[in-house]
Amino acid sequence: MVKADLINSLYVFILAAFIGFEVIRRVSPLLHTPLMSLTNALDAIAVVGAIILAGEHKSTLATVLGTVAIVAATSNAVGGFIITDRMLKMFKSSRTQKP
Amino acid sequence: MIPGSEYVIEITYIVAAVLFILALKWLSSPVTARRGVWAGEAGMVLAVAGTLLYHGIVDYKWLAVGLVLGAIIGVPLGNVGMTAVPQRTALSHAFGALCVTLVGTAEFYLRAPNVPPFMMSVLSLEVILGGLTVTGSLMAAGKLQEILPQRPITYKGQNFVNLAMLAIAVAIAVRLVLHPEAMVLYPFMVGIALVFGVMMIVPIGGADMPTVISLLNSYAGLSAAAMGFVLNSKLLIVAGSLDGASGFILSVNMSKAMNRSFTNVLFGAFGQVQTSSAAAVEARPVHSATPEEAAAILSAANKVVIVPGYGMAVAQAQHKVRELYDLLTKKGVDVKFGIHPVAGRMPGHMNVLLAEADIPYDKLMDMDEANPDFPQTDVALVIGANDVTNPAARSDAGSPIYGMPILDVDKARTVMVIKRSMNPGFAGIDNPLYYLDNTLMLFGDAKAFVGSIVRELSGGGGHG
Repeated sequence: MVKADLINSLYVFILAAFIGFEVIRRVSPLLHTPLMSLTNALDAIAVVGAIILAGEHKSTLATVLGTVAIVAATSNAVGGFIITDRMLKMFKSSRTQKP
Repeated sequence: MIPGSEYVIEITYIVAAVLFILALKWLSSPVTARRGVWAGEAGMVLAVAGTLLYHGIVDYKWLAVGLVLGAIIGVPLGNVGMTAVPQRTALSHAFGALCVTLVGTAEFYLRAPNVPPFMMSVLSLEVILGGLTVTGSLMAAGKLQEILPQRPITYKGQNFVNLAMLAIAVAIAVRLVLHPEAMVLYPFMVGIALVFGVMMIVPIGGADMPTVISLLNSYAGLSAAAMGFVLNSKLLIVAGSLDGASGFILSVNMSKAMNRSFTNVLFGAFGQVQTSSAAAVEARPVHSATPEEAAAILSAANKVVIVPGYGMAVAQAQHKVRELYDLLTKKGVDVKFGIHPVAGRMPGHMNVLLAEADIPYDKLMDMDEANPDFPQTDVALVIGANDVTNPAARSDAGSPIYGMPILDVDKARTVMVIKRSMNPGFAGIDNPLYYLDNTLMLFGDAKAFVGSIVRELSGGGGHG
């Protein structure tokens, strides 16, 4: 890791954290459970790291750990998006609801 | 390699990062929230597709196996019942952290002994946070699923043992930063983090779960961001810090709603305060009522606020509550719900259960909306909630929950509390609410009792 990468990464981290705070502060408490399941699903983007690790095949250990990591992250992405959507589908306003 | 593909990959990552931020932005309102999920899915698919173009990938076999297997496991995890959402969430924190910890470990062994100090520092942060989140979340999931005992388990010197373990893990990390060739130490660092995760959750009781789940969420995010530093992946840093920020905000909300600090939750005080308050309990008279009486009072009311708690979730009473809501609304009664931030086992738990039962979300009020309403409320109906309605939190400086913001149900004209028995709640704290003159105790199972009220109301439907 060169120094420039580190500084760039720090910039990205700090800016993203700020955006995160500002955006998430506005999420209604009503939706805090879907918020948690959605951020969890987004976090599964770690799968890209695991894909490169397993795909590069630099060592058997790396491939094995990478493959298990892909399974863990993919199940989070798939499961997280499904359940978030299922929850959000249930939230209906009394105005749109049939009597 | 296809010329220019590295730019294609970078562009998919940038677009994915934008989509992730939009996803959370759209979650701010139930009207746009589903669009948020689609944005998130699009970003994920795009980033994964972009990554598969990466020229360094020599073997797609295991990738396919991993992706397919993950999807096979993910589908049932996405389709659990709504009451199981807290444990599912804890489990997914564990999976996320597992991915991060495994990748970190593989990266270490690929690079060691030539790991630059800064990279070793973030890598250590990644696997320590990741490791403790894996086992901590599994423990939390086990407690929520009731595979493990829900009661907090405390012993003498617990905090010292836990802090000592964490200190040793950090000391090993420092040693590895200075001397990455001491590879033999690495497994100990991860191992201690894993054990620490277990020990951290041992003293946590059910009512602390909302805070703890949020905190684990934050750790999972931060460990993913650290992984982004190690792999120099901006997208991962963005996703990790969004997740970390979200978990952090929720943890702060939950702690505030319990009037407790993070340290207080993690280094458990509730297990210990129990004893001090138990002595004050004496046999005082309470007023109780039958379903018929309760139904009569409810149908004579103009404004009813229902306060649900974990007891409603346990009894699976939300659908009966919906029937009650329908009948009363039809009679012209204004029915709303007052929801405490820590009601249930995770942030927003009650809202999801009530939405599942088809109760419109504009009838769900959070604590700040609900409290000014109680003085004009005819009936406050408490279903399976206890400590979050305890007026001692306002008035009794000696109470263990003194200072905790509560729902002021005692200010309603009549309070009805559905409860199995007079046994005190989770924290073993007596609730003076039950002895007030305007309080009626409705003894029984939440689902059965609400069912009886519903039968009364629909049977004698004419008057109202």
